[in-house]
Formats: sequence, structure tokens, C-alpha cells
Amino acid sequence: MKRRDLIATAATAALAGPALAQPAQHRVLKFVPQANLTSLDPIWTTANITRNHGHMIYDSLYGMDAEFRAQPQMAAGHVVDQDGKRVTITLRDGLKFHDGEPVRAQDVVPSIQRWMRRNPFGQQLAAATDAVEVVDDKRLVFRLKKPFPLLFAALAQVSNSPAFIMPERLARTDPFQQVREAIGSGPFRFKADEYNSGSRVVYTRNPDYVPVATGTPSLTAGPKVAHFDRVEWHIIVDAATSAAALQTGEIDWYEQPPPEIQMLLRRNRNVKLEAIDPLPLTGILRFNHLHPPFDNKRLRQAMLPAINQADFMSAVVGTNAADYRTGVGFFTPGTPLASDAAMAPLTGPRSVDRARALMREAGYTNQPMRLIGPTDILAPSAMTQVGADLVRRLGFNADILLTDWGTTVQRRTSREPVERGGWSMLFTAFSSFDFANPAAHFPLRGNGTNAWFGWPTIPRLEELRDAWFDAPDLATEQRLAREMQVVAMDELPYIPVGAYMSTTALRSNLNGRVGGLALFWGIQRS
Amino acid sequence: MWAYIVRRVLATIPVMAVVALFVFSLLYLAPGDPAAVIAGDQATPDDVERIRASLGLDRPYLVRFGAWVWDILHGDLGTSIFTNLPVSHMIAQRIEPTLSLMVVTLILAVSIAVPMGVVAAWKQGTSIDRAVMAFAVLGFSVPVFVVGYLLAFVFALELDWLPVQGYTPFREGFIPWMENLILPAVALGGVYIALIARITRATMLEVLSQDYIRTARAKGAGQRSILFLHALKNAAVPIVTIIGIGIALLIGGAVVTESVFAIPGLGRLTVDAILRRDYPVIQGVVLLFSFVYVLVNLLIDLLYTLFDPRIRY
Repeated sequence: MKRRDLIATAATAALAGPALAQPAQHRVLKFVPQANLTSLDPIWTTANITRNHGHMIYDSLYGMDAEFRAQPQMAAGHVVDQDGKRVTITLRDGLKFHDGEPVRAQDVVPSIQRWMRRNPFGQQLAAATDAVEVVDDKRLVFRLKKPFPLLFAALAQVSNSPAFIMPERLARTDPFQQVREAIGSGPFRFKADEYNSGSRVVYTRNPDYVPVATGTPSLTAGPKVAHFDRVEWHIIVDAATSAAALQTGEIDWYEQPPPEIQMLLRRNRNVKLEAIDPLPLTGILRFNHLHPPFDNKRLRQAMLPAINQADFMSAVVGTNAADYRTGVGFFTPGTPLASDAAMAPLTGPRSVDRARALMREAGYTNQPMRLIGPTDILAPSAMTQVGADLVRRLGFNADILLTDWGTTVQRRTSREPVERGGWSMLFTAFSSFDFANPAAHFPLRGNGTNAWFGWPTIPRLEELRDAWFDAPDLATEQRLAREMQVVAMDELPYIPVGAYMSTTALRSNLNGRVGGLALFWGIQRS
Repeated sequence: MWAYIVRRVLATIPVMAVVALFVFSLLYLAPGDPAAVIAGDQATPDDVERIRASLGLDRPYLVRFGAWVWDILHGDLGTSIFTNLPVSHMIAQRIEPTLSLMVVTLILAVSIAVPMGVVAAWKQGTSIDRAVMAFAVLGFSVPVFVVGYLLAFVFALELDWLPVQGYTPFREGFIPWMENLILPAVALGGVYIALIARITRATMLEVLSQDYIRTARAKGAGQRSILFLHALKNAAVPIVTIIGIGIALLIGGAVVTESVFAIPGLGRLTVDAILRRDYPVIQGVVLLFSFVYVLVNLLIDLLYTLFDPRIRY
């Protein structure tokens, strides 16, 4: 027993007489999330913290397992007929929203429709769909223009606004407005009366939740069994304070300790560190394709010999090679679509001199370029520092503009040239889910001014992406992904600068955590 | 007196108007875009534009300013862009921790600093005086967050006497409330104690050299009576002034202290709002801070009359 607890117990005993033990505290999990939960609507924003909140309180028709296979979750099953152009999904029994209302197809259809307006995978599905309709309370039907083999994968998407199911009255909210309530049918209920943004978010176990009867918990698939009656998210912005609170047992789980704090925590036998996701996040160097100097493909290619992925990754997670991956291409390492196609320019001998020579051959004549980046977000900040050093060593006429994240994300929306406040280069990172396939892979788009910031125009990438959505099997998907990587290594919408593991820290007596992201079913205190 | 108070309260209105205009204009001109922050890292430029339009951020400056002022005049501070909660609700949630921290710090600081300053002046030139001044220099020199980390390390992590972080509302008991406030108040109070102790010492030295103190001594008044009845009361006006000015220091220091000790107060609300560009929240909190500061100044002016009956309004 800790000294403070001992003193408090003694004082209580002296004042109040005998008292029963308090097992309730063992049924509370205290967690420090990666960021503050500001928005409660996971369709309205793609913020990861809101996604994690979504997985607490909402459920989806299909879950995704760790092998990236869609598995029925709210769905009892489905029937595909009319040559793949009609898909009927049946809801399983016992589904109930937190307000006590049963989950009906009338709730599911507007939820899917709202999601399809915001999520790129959903938009692709919408383009292939004539209608999504209610058959009866338990069944809904997708009437497709053409077969859409990735329909279930789309509905099982884990990140970037998953297809969460909300009550009809909320699901009918304009997708560009936030829902006013947080009511789902998932394993936890949101305690609106205890919500204090920037301080505390509280969830209680949903006693009405009926987990999937079979299978094992795997990412968002399988039975979601909540072992804690109450989960409290404590928003602690200071890393040292979070670490101290974890060591004293004031909190149980610290989602994203920075590397220097991890070193400290490894020395505490009451704390364990593990990869939150068995798959790594990928860092990228993004070019602005609209303006000089990086509208010049040969100049983008000239940088390749100078990119040492280990340099970038060790700046993010430290020098332990087990914590990062090199030789990283355009799809998340360890996922089915990852390959080594056309990777030689990034895996051969590294040479800044060679890069300088290629820059001269590409016609670089000291045009100004601007690197923008944040100072307050760990991975992009570290990669930007390495990138800033690199562009100086390469001899670019570089303006390095480091600001807070809020300013960086505004500046990157500018399509103006450098002279009028625009940018040329930035660094950021994406989760394993984002780069697992072309559906959510924004930086791999080549659709010009509609593409992600940087706006590359690469029609061949778009053709291959469209073909991927129609791929009938994994072998075809893999072939198309390899082709996409070959095109990307030539056109360079961005340069992958490595991949790194995200480490989480939790009390040693917690077991059963489901890997992938901060999920709260399965985990229990021993 | 009452007419003066009413006049001063009314005078806050133009002050607040200027603050409102200044804050709004500054935020309008500052870089950063809440729509881009909301849209997230994966958003397309079109997504950002749609969100910006849905938040009304694409409207002209004057239209936005006019709408904001109109809402304030109707008692509505607006709604947070991110949380969708009324700003007044968010401020209400955060006001107790900040108020608690400031009150405890204020009481702690005054009750330590004033006797320290008095004793230092009384024992001028001795080792006690030098020790007090050395503490004052230290209090000014060491940043609040360093003191905070050291205190947390020693008293929470090593000795396990006090919690590392968090805040317990007063309604849940005085002891838990106090447990969470001791370390932050000591950390925040350091610079404040140093400031008040130095001013108290300097003012007391001046007062102690006055003729009436010599007269009091000649009449046989005791040392305690001379120090605390005759000298301190006459030294009170500058001390009270510095306590009032120091409240601005406390507001600034609370931002850091609340971050180090994870206290869900207004300081952190402000920083979070600034980093996200949550304009309605920033505007609401800054207006509140400036209003409080104006009121504190008024209170200080009124306190002068207690300590120096010659002052009349």
C-alpha cells in the first residue's frame, strides 16, 4: 500500500470506524490519451482522438481484424446476389442504443449515408451505389451499379471516420455539422454530464451491450467485452506529469509517451511498454507540386540519394533500430500490399554529393523554397528538423518556417507560390491504417487540385487506384499496389522517410489489451 | 464612495470594449485556421473549405465582429468551434480550479511574504535579511515549471505524500481539495512571495526610518507593536498595490502551473483554445481575465482607504 493511501486509510478508520474494502477503484481504468478530445463526432472530424472516442461508444456493421479482414460486428450476416449488385445485410439480435432504443435498419441507413458523404472510401462506395435502402427493421440493402468487392472492407474501416452507426435522429445531421449528442450502441456509454473538454472524459460500461458470440478480439473485430465499469480519460498535456502519474499509480495507461520519457518508464517495474499497434506509422516528405522548385519531377527525384530513412526515424523514436523500419515504400510495412517494387533509389548507398549533382542536372538554380513544419507535434517536428538540416546541406535556397501545428495546417492549405506565402515541402506521419491500402491513402492520390495538400497530378495513379477498387482478389490488389508504387517512385507525390512504432505505457497489472489503437475492451486488471 | 464605485464600474465598459476590439482583431489577423485543424491531417482542401464555410469563418471581418458583439450584448459568449459547447459553460467548468489555485496561492504568499519582508527590514544587514533576499532572488530566477517538477518529484514521486496531478473539487472535501493544491500553490507562489517580500522590506525600511517610529520607540512601545501596528500599516499601501499587480502574474503563472499539475483551469483552457484557434473561447476567456483585472484594481483602490484614511474618493 502506498504511504499516502495508508495515511488516508488510517485517518478514515479513526474518524469513521470500520469500512468495507473499496473494490470499485479496481473497476476504474484511468487513461491519458494522446490529445484532448474536442469534438465528439467521428464523422465530422478525422482526428484520431475522436476516432478512439468513436470506438468506445459506437459500433459498426463490420469490424476489421488484425489481418485486415472484415468480420461481421453489428451484422448477423449478409447475402450477395444479382451478380454482386445487390447486398442485403441483416442486423444481429440484441442491439440497443444507449438511450434504450433498439438499433434498426432505419438508423443504419442514414448513418451509412452520412458517412458516405465524408469518408473517401465511402464516397467511392457511393459512386458505385444506386441506393441504400431499408428492407425492414432488421435488414438493409445496397443496390449497386456494379459489384463492389471492397464493400465490407469499407464498412469495417478502422480509422479516418469509420462507418459508425448512430440513432436516426443524429444520423440525419448535416455531415458538415457536428451531432449534438454522443449516443451509440457500443460497449461503453459516454457520460455527458462529466465531460470537461481539456480535462476529463468519462465512459461507463454499457450493461446492455451484447458482444459478438464467437471469435476472439482482434482490432475492431470479435467480441468487445468490457471489463471495467468506468473508463476515465485524463487529459494531461505535460509528458513528465503523465509519466509521474503513471509511476505513482494515479493513472493506469499513458497512450503516447515520448521517447525520452519511455527511457525513464522502462526503469519502473510497475510499468510496461509495448507497441500500441503491431504495425508502424509512416513518415513522409511531401512536395508542393504546383510551383517551383518541386513542380520539377527531376528535382524531386534528385533528393532520393540523400534520403536516409534511419536518420529521420531515429530523430522520432531514438536510436533503437527495433523501434523503426527502413526501406519503407508507399504501403504500410507488414501489410498485404507492401512491397519492395522500385525501391532501389531509397535502399541503395546514400549520398548527399550524388543528390547535389542530380539537382544541378535537374536545372536547380537557387530558386527559393520553403519548408514548413510544426514544433509542437512530436513526429512531424522531429522529421522537419532532420529535413531542415538536409535541405541546407543539399544547398537549397531554403526558408525554414517552424510554427505551432495550428499555423502549419493553415499554411499548408495555401496554393500560392513561395513568394506569396506558399510552401514547397513539409513532413508529417500517417497511421498504419491510412497507408494499408489505396482507399484511405490520401498522399498517394494524383488528382491535382482535388488531391491532398501538395496537389500532384498523376493520372496513372488515379487509374490504378480506380482499378484497385474493382480488384476481385488479393493477388490482383497486390499487383495493382506494386504498380502504384512503381509509378509513385517515379513521380514522387511524396518520399517515404521511414516508419516507426508507436509505444504505449501501462501499469504492469493490465493485461488483455487489444492491439492496433487505444481500445478498451479485452483489457483487464490482474 | 458609492458614487466612485459606480463610476469605476461604469468605466470598465469602454475598457472592455477596447479589449474586445483588440482581441478580436488580433485573432483575425493571427495565422492559423480552426477549419484546417478540425479537418485533420487527412482532409482535402475542399473538406477544409466546406468546414470553414460551415463555421462562418468565410464571412467578412466586420460581419463576424458585429455578430460577436451583438451576442455578447445579449449575454452570449458564443459556442466553441470544436466542442460545440457554450463558452460560458466551458468557463464555468474551469473557473473553480483556477480560483482555488489563485486564492490558496494568494493566502500562502501573503502570509509568508509579508512577515518575511517585515523581519528582513527589522533585521537589516543580518544573516536573516540576507537569507530573505537570497530567497527572493531565487524566487524570481527559477521558473515556475522547474519548481513544479522538483516539488512533484520530491513530494509526489519520491515521498508519496501528495498527488502528482489533478484537481478535486471543494465539494468533495477540504482535505482532498487542499492535497491537490499544495504543490501547485507553492510552485506558483514562489515568484509572488519573492516580489511581495522585497517590496515589504523596502517599504518597511523607509517607514522604520520615519520620525514617528522613533517617537513610538521613545514612548516605550514594544518591538512587535512598532513593527506591525505603526510601521506595517503605514507601509501597507505599496504592499497592497504590489499584491494587486501580482494578480496579473498569478494569471500568467497559472497557465504554466495548470499544465504542469494537470489542473483543469482557465489557464489551460486558454492555451488549448489558442493552439486550436478556437476563437470564441479565446475571446471569452480574455474578456473575462481583463474584466477580473479591472475589478481587482478597483478593489485595491478601495483598500487604500482602509490603510490610509487620508485617501478619499
